[in-house]
Amino acid sequence: MSRLSKLCGALSLSLALLLGGQADAQDSVAAAGGGPAAATPAAASGGDAEKGKALFTNNCAQCHAVTDEVVVGPGLKGVRQRTPGEDWLIRWIRNSSAVIASGDPYAVQVFNKYNKIQMSSFPNLTDDDIKGILAYVDQASAPAQASVGGAGQAQARGGGGASAENGDGSVGGPSELFTFVLVALLVVMLLVLGVLLVIVTILSRAVSPVATGEGATAVPLAQRLRDGLTNAVNNSTIRSIVIWLFIFVVTKESVDGLYSIGIQQGYAPKQPIAYSHKLHAGQYKIDCNYCHTGVNKGKSAHIPSANICMNCHGVIKKESPEIQKIYAAIEQNRPIEWVRVHNLPDFAYFNHAQHVNVGNVQCQTCHGEIEKMEVVEQRSSLTMGWCIDCHRKTEVNTKDNAYYDKLVALHRKESKEPLKVANIGGLECSKCHY
Amino acid sequence: MENTNKRYWKGVEELRNDPAFVKNANSEFANPDANSASDPDGLFGGNTQRRDFLKAMGFSVAAVSLAACEAPVRKATTYLNKPERTFPTISDYYASTYVDRGDYASILVETREGRPIKVEGNPSSSVTFGGTTARAQASVLSLYDIDKLNGPRRGDAAIDWPTVDREIVNQLNSVASRGGAIRIVSSTVLSPTTKAVIADFVARYPTARHIMYDANSAFGIIQANQLSFGRPVIPSYDFSRAQTIVSINADFLGTWIAPLEHAKPYALTRKVGAIGNGKKEMSRHYQFETGMSMTGANADYRTAIKPSQEGLVVAALYNRVAAKLGGTSISAPAVNVANLDKAANDLVQARGRALVVAGSNDPNIQVVVNALNSLLGSYGTTIDLNTPVNYRQGNDQQFNAFVDDVKGGRVGAVMFFAANPVYDHPRGAELAQALPRVALSLSFADRADETASLCKYITPAPHFLECWGDAEPRQGFYSLMQPAITHIFKTRQFESSLLTWAGRPNDYQTYLKNYWRTNYYPQASGFDSFDAFWIKALNDGVFEPNKGRAAAAGGATFAGNLAQAATGIAQRYKPTEGMELALYESVNLGTGSMANNPWLQEVPDPVSKACWDNYAAVSQKTANDLGVQQNDLVTVTVNDKSVELPVLIQPGQADNTVSIAIGYGREKAGKSANNVGKNAYPLAGIVNGHVVFAAFNAKVEKAGGTHEIAQTQTHDTVMGRRAVVQEAKLADYQKNPMAGRYLPKVETSEGPTDPTNITLWHGYGKPNHSWGMVIDLNSCIGCNACVVGCISENNIQVVGREEVINRREMHWIRIDRYYSSDAEAEDVKGLETASANPEVTFQPMLCQHCSNAPCETVCPVLATTHSTEGLNQMTYNRCIGTRYCANNCPYKVRRFNWWKYFDNDNFDYHFNNDLGKMVLNPDVTVRSRGVIEKCSFCVQRIQEGKLTAKKERRRPLPDEIQSACAQACPTNAIIFGDMNNPESTISQILEKETTGRAFHVLEEINVRPQISYLTKIRNKDQVPQQETRQESQV
Repeated sequence: MSRLSKLCGALSLSLALLLGGQADAQDSVAAAGGGPAAATPAAASGGDAEKGKALFTNNCAQCHAVTDEVVVGPGLKGVRQRTPGEDWLIRWIRNSSAVIASGDPYAVQVFNKYNKIQMSSFPNLTDDDIKGILAYVDQASAPAQASVGGAGQAQARGGGGASAENGDGSVGGPSELFTFVLVALLVVMLLVLGVLLVIVTILSRAVSPVATGEGATAVPLAQRLRDGLTNAVNNSTIRSIVIWLFIFVVTKESVDGLYSIGIQQGYAPKQPIAYSHKLHAGQYKIDCNYCHTGVNKGKSAHIPSANICMNCHGVIKKESPEIQKIYAAIEQNRPIEWVRVHNLPDFAYFNHAQHVNVGNVQCQTCHGEIEKMEVVEQRSSLTMGWCIDCHRKTEVNTKDNAYYDKLVALHRKESKEPLKVANIGGLECSKCHY
Repeated sequence: MENTNKRYWKGVEELRNDPAFVKNANSEFANPDANSASDPDGLFGGNTQRRDFLKAMGFSVAAVSLAACEAPVRKATTYLNKPERTFPTISDYYASTYVDRGDYASILVETREGRPIKVEGNPSSSVTFGGTTARAQASVLSLYDIDKLNGPRRGDAAIDWPTVDREIVNQLNSVASRGGAIRIVSSTVLSPTTKAVIADFVARYPTARHIMYDANSAFGIIQANQLSFGRPVIPSYDFSRAQTIVSINADFLGTWIAPLEHAKPYALTRKVGAIGNGKKEMSRHYQFETGMSMTGANADYRTAIKPSQEGLVVAALYNRVAAKLGGTSISAPAVNVANLDKAANDLVQARGRALVVAGSNDPNIQVVVNALNSLLGSYGTTIDLNTPVNYRQGNDQQFNAFVDDVKGGRVGAVMFFAANPVYDHPRGAELAQALPRVALSLSFADRADETASLCKYITPAPHFLECWGDAEPRQGFYSLMQPAITHIFKTRQFESSLLTWAGRPNDYQTYLKNYWRTNYYPQASGFDSFDAFWIKALNDGVFEPNKGRAAAAGGATFAGNLAQAATGIAQRYKPTEGMELALYESVNLGTGSMANNPWLQEVPDPVSKACWDNYAAVSQKTANDLGVQQNDLVTVTVNDKSVELPVLIQPGQADNTVSIAIGYGREKAGKSANNVGKNAYPLAGIVNGHVVFAAFNAKVEKAGGTHEIAQTQTHDTVMGRRAVVQEAKLADYQKNPMAGRYLPKVETSEGPTDPTNITLWHGYGKPNHSWGMVIDLNSCIGCNACVVGCISENNIQVVGREEVINRREMHWIRIDRYYSSDAEAEDVKGLETASANPEVTFQPMLCQHCSNAPCETVCPVLATTHSTEGLNQMTYNRCIGTRYCANNCPYKVRRFNWWKYFDNDNFDYHFNNDLGKMVLNPDVTVRSRGVIEKCSFCVQRIQEGKLTAKKERRRPLPDEIQSACAQACPTNAIIFGDMNNPESTISQILEKETTGRAFHVLEEINVRPQISYLTKIRNKDQVPQQETRQESQV
């Protein structure tokens, strides 16, 4: 009997280990998911069209496709052929409203055709930039290279999308696999348990006539089990093991419970407007930057203001009851009160620009597969341990950033390891607490 | 291990070795059972049993666990239509103008999500040079003052604007049709456009007249210039060109005319060595004054004089200079005070580079001063009459006539704008009696203050941060004011109200623009259109067509009647035997208009280090004669008016005089100001129509009882280690740049060695940045701008008078004021005597960010740790409040939160209401009860600056990142920067001064601070002048 309890202990231990192992595996997969995406922009080099591709992705792709498809504005396939010329296009892209205002007939026609939505001005683009974009559009929409272009485009839809795809494949797969393996293991172990029980019974049956001489088989199974239990209870070793196990489990549970106070992992409150990231970021692949305008600039990523919604919903799905809520807010001049999902305590300082702009961390690294969420939920624990862990593991994005040159040089002298955030003071208190 | 050159002391009690002082000096924290008003029977006062404690604790634990189960739902409110260039969590800066009465500073306003949170100096201004004063820094808190009116009032009843307009226009018309006088009474109006609005109003109501007065009047100077040069103006003074400066009762760095305009040029003449571009010369500054002013504390030679000697000193100085330079002498009674001959000699030697200023409001004195300056060739060099300043335009005579008119019932309507004469004019009480008889009285005050509460209407004008406007502080130097927030209350600008009542379009923004289009745009060049000019001017905040125009020499020939002035002086100034009174403006509170600002109330006075009170300052000898001690209440009587105030013993105060600050004793200003101190304005006299802040016939009597003054001077002592201040005389410094430096040695078995050779610690590498600070003791004038700048930047809490007395003030930076004895260091007996007229050193003291920090070693929970950038970090959420660190800090710069200071009715300041909390800097945590806090070197600014650089893929520029104190400093005495960047100012100074003036405080304990101080250099003669040290009983 004591052997049996030991077996059970071993079984539960191995289960616990397996569960722990699963969590670790998830972490490492998530970290790996960020890797290739981070490297993608670095691969681009040379050529007008290459540069144009990056510019197109950052500036144009929200509203225009390189095919015939109309997104917000017209599809750009054959744009050179149907417009008055390259000079005209340059003027138009720089400041379309000026071209319309000048009474240019083609411009007015396009403007009217697409519901009089003003195209954003891009005064910062140089002639070469625009030519690069046009070159890219030509290249991507050319039929011979359609497949290549399409692939490139999909890859270029922002690192976010790419890494998300990697991420969901790898994160989703193992978890199912693990469940399967666990169930299989459980079944196997139960079988083993059964077999062992049978063996024990047979052996004791075989042994007992020898020991008692006669009539031993008369003892029924229930009686024997009761005896076994009584023996087990009276056995001080088993008793103390059980008591210690109990204390251990209770302590661990209460400590874990205390640690989880204030952690809102999995928090997914209902929002006043049923906005779906799955639809916008997932299906339509709208760049996160398009709405979260502050993410590269400051501490907060910004929940978009209603005027950003109106860029598209001024024409799209105006009748939807959810979108009518935005109209109502604008008409009543009453700002929309969203429910905050990610809440950091006041004494912890977090800055989006540092992580996204400087560190080139993908949104999904902390927010999970946001493009698959119908309702946004807090995926990461947002505990200090979680922050620190990432700072220990993550390499600093030092590429093309003169700020880090000196630090990289100093680090190379001392170590062959890559430069991690922890190496440049990423674990110091007043990086986040002040 | 002590500096053997000199002994320094912070307060009289230190010399006396009061038992209380000795007790406090040995313990970092006040005895917690000291009766604290905020906790009469709380934790320490009560009688808590062990079981009760356990019950309470059990309940709290259960409550906390329950409360923690459900996190509160937090909302995020977004813009409906986000302005294109505004981003939440990113600061925007708007150039604007700080104006309070005649106080002026060109400023940048930092706003977050549309609310101003900080005021900085505007470096584009060549009037205020990017500096700020304590009041300019604190002005942002006055914006969020909960005691303000939330809309117009008729009597005590709230009414709406259309009704107010209708009723007032009716009444104005009826007064005008009767031919009754309409008076607009204001303090100095710096805005030319506001004056144009007033002119429009006068055009509509021809019986209207505008009368200006100043609470601290300079009408005497205006009149004297009229008499001397035929020009009723105040000239601008250029201290940067002065080699010898003599000031008679003019606190020109603290309160006189335009402290900001004087501070930086003055400091330029005081900087020597690397911080002064290698210069080894400095100006010499003589001060003759009654009380110890901030300016006097900075002087090389200071002489205490009685108010009745003021005129005689000016006359004597004139005669001595005239004798040498061949001017006509004047007859005046002789006066025997120290340093007169010396000052005269130096003035004559510095001819053409000399400057004499006097604070008196007596035109006779100012005429003689003008003659003296004229004789010295100051006009066209240090004084510019062609570019006069407008900070004080009040006319005492007109105001007196106005009070007479009101009393005589000759005024039909009166409007008060930025004026509170019932409080701040000696004839306030008379006015208060007569005011109810005026048919229409109204005030534009933002609260029902002493004057407004007597008016029939209050039509509140908004705070300057909500206003459009402009200012012309100096002729040809304009500056614009633009709103940084929409109106918080239902207020309307003074100008809009006047325009409405004058029947004109009341859009003041358009009016202002048009005024600039007509008057200033023609003076500008290089703009395509007015709009381009306007946008540039708004962006810069200033438009200075007169900039760089040389002060025209000549043209200012003295043509005054000296003999007449001399007769006036001889008649008025006679030696007296009795007590004399001198009123002065406090550096923090000024004339009292911003008294309801708890930041300003809690900042200690630069010299006395007292806060939350005014007091009767007397010398030790006078206190002995009167039989009073510190904190004893005395009654000060002038003619038939008297106030009762506690005594403060002030070294340097002239014997037989008493000094009292104006600006206190408000009755209707709000929670923070009401009944703090006593109103001293009624004690001021009116002589020949001039308000005079002195009385020669004061009576001071012991009143019985005491009132403890909250004085911070001996808090945070440095445990008997006195090599804290290091100083030298200029001549010594010129010979040896290390003069005055104290180089400690430590005895070891191998003989004496430098303390840096022996250490417990391993030190920290600083591979990336090494943030540090250099503080020049020579150019720190003690003005408190850094202290308020720090309070504003770092959300520092106000604790109130009681808690300051308990030594629990929270300021992260304090300005230590040291007196030095004139007795020799070995003269034990002499050292027990307080110097009658001590030398003063100001030393800003803040966390030194030691590389071998003693506080870090003793923290049991690692709440204070070291960073790789040289910062000593303080982590509030880790701190458990053992206070070991504060006990172990050699500089006494750590502050403990004894209470929760926010949302606490016992501390009913701005942290106790939502409006007041709008001033909070969202980047800095508000500390709660039970944790230690201290200077962080503005780590939030460092982080932000580094992030900006990283976003732009570059290194931070030299001097790009500034701490709040360094940025606020009007004299650039505080220099902050990265010591690892060889191009930063701090590195360049330290490179030269490490073997010169730069020293660490308490070098002998080898804690290796990141802050270096530069020795104080005094421009004194080699042989110390034997001051007459008066015996004082101790």
